[in-house]
Amino acid sequence: MKIHEYQAKQIMKMYGISVPNGSPAFSPEEAARIAKDFDAPIAVVKAQIHAGGRGKAGGVKLAHNIDEVKYYASQILGKVLVTHQTGPEGKMVNRLLVEEGSNIEKEYYLGFVIDRETANVVMMGSAEGGMEIEQVAAEMPDRIFKEYIDPTIGLMPFQTKRMAYNMKFKDKVIAKAQKCMMDLYNLFVEKDCTLAECNPLVVTVDNKVMALDAKLQFDDAAIYRHPEIEALRDEAEEDPKERAAAKASLSYVNLGGDVACMVNGAGLAMATVDIIKFYGGEPANFLDVGGDSTVEKIAEAFRIMQSDDQVCSVFVNIFGGINKCDVIAGGIVEAAKVVGLKVPVIARLDGTNHEEGRRILKEANLPMVHAVPKMEEGAELAVKLAAELKAKRAEGKEA
Amino acid sequence: MAVFVGKDTKLIVQGITGRQATFHTKIALEYGTNVVAGVAPGKAGEKVLGKIPVFNTVSEAKEATGGNASVIYVPARFAADAICEAIDAGLDFVCCITEHIPVQDMVKVRAYMKGKKTRVLGPNCPGILTVDECRLGLLPTYIHKKGHVGVISRSGTLTYEATYQLTMAGIGQTTAVGLGGDPVKGMDYIEALEAFNNDDDTLAVIMIGEIGGTAEEEAAEWIKANMKKPVIGFISGRQAPPGKRMGHAGAIISGGKGTADDKIKALNAAGIEVADTVAHIGETAVRVLKKAGLYDKCHTC
Repeated sequence: MKIHEYQAKQIMKMYGISVPNGSPAFSPEEAARIAKDFDAPIAVVKAQIHAGGRGKAGGVKLAHNIDEVKYYASQILGKVLVTHQTGPEGKMVNRLLVEEGSNIEKEYYLGFVIDRETANVVMMGSAEGGMEIEQVAAEMPDRIFKEYIDPTIGLMPFQTKRMAYNMKFKDKVIAKAQKCMMDLYNLFVEKDCTLAECNPLVVTVDNKVMALDAKLQFDDAAIYRHPEIEALRDEAEEDPKERAAAKASLSYVNLGGDVACMVNGAGLAMATVDIIKFYGGEPANFLDVGGDSTVEKIAEAFRIMQSDDQVCSVFVNIFGGINKCDVIAGGIVEAAKVVGLKVPVIARLDGTNHEEGRRILKEANLPMVHAVPKMEEGAELAVKLAAELKAKRAEGKEA
Repeated sequence: MAVFVGKDTKLIVQGITGRQATFHTKIALEYGTNVVAGVAPGKAGEKVLGKIPVFNTVSEAKEATGGNASVIYVPARFAADAICEAIDAGLDFVCCITEHIPVQDMVKVRAYMKGKKTRVLGPNCPGILTVDECRLGLLPTYIHKKGHVGVISRSGTLTYEATYQLTMAGIGQTTAVGLGGDPVKGMDYIEALEAFNNDDDTLAVIMIGEIGGTAEEEAAEWIKANMKKPVIGFISGRQAPPGKRMGHAGAIISGGKGTADDKIKALNAAGIEVADTVAHIGETAVRVLKKAGLYDKCHTC
């Protein structure tokens, strides 16, 4: 789960990490009110969306007086920001963070993630602050320092000291930098983070060590022990289809194409997206209905897939292990009744109870449903029928 | 012969009184698995399915029955503890089916595993099945036929799909191992590949991977240096967008790492043929086995 920068900074502050003075604002007037109380000559107006690269996209502005704060706030609020992390459709800005400008001496990178290979939390630091850390890793891997943390004793002072010297903090702030690392590690562990990052972490001219930007991500599997984090969820940041799917315990990712698919199992669902592309189609989504599907869940999946005009065919690709093909077939019949089938449905049912499943589909005699014996055939047909429907829709629009 | 589990496995089922656990224990028994005990705190003295004795703790179950392996079906918030309990009891093999275990809990489990003999499979995995001998977890039994090909996969349904395609092509299997889709887990490809490499019955291995992490790349290096048997590959997630979790907690491209292209390149560089689509895993296996002169031996069903 992701949260906004201002929320991440509030949590960091609770753990003893210095952050600039500031507050969230939802209107230009509120932004102006917040900036009035600042001592610093400069205020920073920052778009709050769950994606990086905001600065380059025009989502971060320096204001020299209250009028400028108000002006920039009105410019950014309601704007759709397109950054390298948002995708081409961009993200609408509904919230701002207004904070005091800082007098920066030098920028650094500090982050914590879980390293899969060693199964440890790893602290990463670099003196190349403010840059995309992926870019630093690709171009100058020797400029990133790592400390692997033993979970049984936690982050040790010798490690924070080694990191602070590697990152070349000046002597005056070494102790502050070490404390910041320890605070961020404690936050990472106590709040079940999967990512905790300050990029940049800065040293100011008055020798403060401060998180100028802050990013925290949390383990969805551990949210049950952190209701205070769940309360920070911003549903406006999530794809509406993905949100509806999550509520129905379906795993859904919007991919933007026109051939939808409904699959059991994450691996097969990914492979189905791939095979649609392989046969020249544009996959609309990844959808895993999970291992214990019910008729109602399948019907809900159809409602979500058909909830806009983007989808032109649905490829149902099921290999019944724990899932039974007769239940899936029953779900398709139910969906036809309750939701209605607006586009061709191509069904490949194999595995547990496949004969019963195929019989149910045949007897229901649904004109939109095409049962196919093989996966390849199904993928090819789904791509072909989607293209036909798309062409037909285009003709209809012209006429 | 087979890998990790077989005729000599005496299985303890942790969380046996749960609905899913009881259901799959019944199938395991019908398949011939030697299930010796169940564990469910507070339910000692009960019997499940009319004959499996239940104990409060794993160590009691082991002491009373000589159990040497366990399969775990307990809910996510208790599952990491259940794995550690099985390791502490000194079992040889532990397989955890449970999905959605917090990743930092698994970090602690991995630290606890250090220096201990127990092999851990999973979590968030479909389990392991040695054909006609033993079944831990969820794998559908009827798709498996006895033979000489090992199957390793990070995904449940893809394990079934690949196994089914092999069986339809007349290629039987030794053992199917589901590693699981979590970012931090017990065994990974190399441990399973090593076991298949040392198993006389196994003549070739199917290795199914997916986006996220670099385990497939590391396995490719290992295969190049050590593997004496042909390996056939498949990778899912070629179309997955970066930064999006594709169902499995571990299936995510992040920081430019874990793309399908990188994995396929690494496997190809190690001389491994990778099936172009999920529908061609069986076909690709047949082609590779023929090329290696192993097809006749592997054509067992």
